Amino acid sequence: MATDIIIHDKKDNVGVVVTEKITPKQDCACWIMEDDSSTNIQSIDEIPLGHKIAMVDLKEGDTILKYGHDIGKVVKSIKKGEHVHVHNVKTKKW
Amino acid sequence: MKIPKSFLGYKRENGRAGTRNHVIILPVDDISNACAEAVANNIKGTIALPHSYGRLQFGADLELHFRTMIGTGCNPNVAAVIVIGIEPKWTKKIVDGIAKTGKPVEGFHIERTGDIGTTMKASKKAQEFVMWASEKQREECPLSDLWISVKCGESDTTSGLAANPTVGNLMDKLEPLGVHLCFGETSELTGAEQVCATRGATKEASEKFMKTWSSYNDFILKEATNDLSESQPTAGNIAGGLTTIEEKAFGNFQKIGNCKFIDVLEPAEEPTKGKGLYFMDTSSAAAECVTLQAAAGFNIHLFPTGQGNIVGNPIEPVVKLTANPLTVKGMGEHIDCDVSKILSREMNLSEAGDELIKTTLRVANGRLTCAEALGHREFVMTKLYRSA
Repeated sequence: MATDIIIHDKKDNVGVVVTEKITPKQDCACWIMEDDSSTNIQSIDEIPLGHKIAMVDLKEGDTILKYGHDIGKVVKSIKKGEHVHVHNVKTKKW
Repeated sequence: MKIPKSFLGYKRENGRAGTRNHVIILPVDDISNACAEAVANNIKGTIALPHSYGRLQFGADLELHFRTMIGTGCNPNVAAVIVIGIEPKWTKKIVDGIAKTGKPVEGFHIERTGDIGTTMKASKKAQEFVMWASEKQREECPLSDLWISVKCGESDTTSGLAANPTVGNLMDKLEPLGVHLCFGETSELTGAEQVCATRGATKEASEKFMKTWSSYNDFILKEATNDLSESQPTAGNIAGGLTTIEEKAFGNFQKIGNCKFIDVLEPAEEPTKGKGLYFMDTSSAAAECVTLQAAAGFNIHLFPTGQGNIVGNPIEPVVKLTANPLTVKGMGEHIDCDVSKILSREMNLSEAGDELIKTTLRVANGRLTCAEALGHREFVMTKLYRSA
C-alpha cells in the first residue's frame, strides 16, 4: 500500500502528507522513518501535500513534536486527524 | 556506489582548483557598475558583477565589504579579475588582496578619466585576460579540491523530509574524503540552536556557535516590529506546510547529516582549519548567503528547495535539488536533481545521496547548472548597518 503520511520520529505527534492531498475520512497509511514501522490514521480534514496531520488529540498549550523535537505550541485544540498549521499552532520563539 | 576520486577542474596559481573559469569585471562600488557592465559588454566571455554598495561604509561593515570583494576575486572559479572603482585607494586595496593568489588582476579608477576612457583601458586589459584564460584546460584534481557550500530556500516540509537529508547524506559520504563543507543561515537555526550547538567538534566551536546565534537572535528581537510571521517562515514556506521557525530550523539542520562543525566563520571569512565542515554566520536570504560562501572560497553550491527557489550566483555554480513532485512538475527547468521519489518510497536516502553526488560531480566537471543556463547571477552584498 502506498504511503500517505510520513512521520519523522516515534515521539512525533504530527505526520506530513506526502501524496498530492488526503481527503476527509480517508484511511491513511503512515510510515515512521525512525524505526521503519507503520501505523494508520483516519483523516478529518482535507490536507494538501507537505502539510501536517495530528496523530493524537491535542489541547491548547500542548507542544507539537516533529523530528522528536519541540516545534511550537498548540493555540487552538486539535482533534486527531485534523490539519495542523498556522491557524492552530504558533512558534515559542520570537 | 563507488565515489570517484577526482574531478576535472582548473588548477590555480595558489594551489586551489576551480569548477569554472570566469574572468570577472568587479565594481568596487555602486557608481562603477555602469563602467564594469560596459567592459563586460565589450569583451565577450567576461562577466560583470554589479551590486548596490561600496560608498561611505565604515567599521565592520566596510571590512565585510572588502572581504567579500577580495574573496570573490580570489575564488578559484575565477581565472582573472578587472577591478573598477571610482577612487584609486579602495580599488588598489582590492587589487592587492586578489593579487596574493597569483592570478592576473588589474585595477582601474574612474576619477579624472571618466567612464568612457576607463571602459576603453579596462576593456583592452579584459580582452587580454579572457583570451589568456580561454587556453586554460581542465585537469584531473583530487576530490578534496571541492569546497562545497550548502543553503536551502523556499523550503517546505519535503525539504526536511527528503531534500535536506539528501544533502546530509552527501556530506556524510564526502566529508571523509577531505572536502571542505559549509553551512550557514544563522536565523534559520532558531529553535534548533541548542541541538546544533552540540554538533560542534570542539567545546570552542560549540561556544562560538552559541555566541554567534545569540547575537543574531538579539538583533532580530531588537529590530522586529512583529513576530516575523511573514518573514520566518516566509509565505512560501507556509504554503508548503511549514508552520513555525522551529519546524523550519529542524528541517534546515538535516543538511549537515551526522557531520560535526570544526569552526565558526565570520561572513565571507575563508576557512583556515583544513578539511571538514564549517558554520558561517550568514543571513538566511539565499543570494546574500551564497555570495558570502563564494567569497569565502567555496567552488560549488548545493541548494535544496521545496516550493522552488530559483537563485544562482555569478561565480559559484548552484546545484538545485527538490523532493517536491509538484515543484519538479511545475518548474522542472530549475531543478538539477530530482529526489521526489523519496516521498513515494521508490528511492531511499542513500540512493538519493548517490544521485546528488553524481550531479555534483557532473557540474564540477563543467556541466551547466539550471541556474547558469537560465542566466541567474545574483550577487548580493551583505550590509551590516547604514553607511556614514
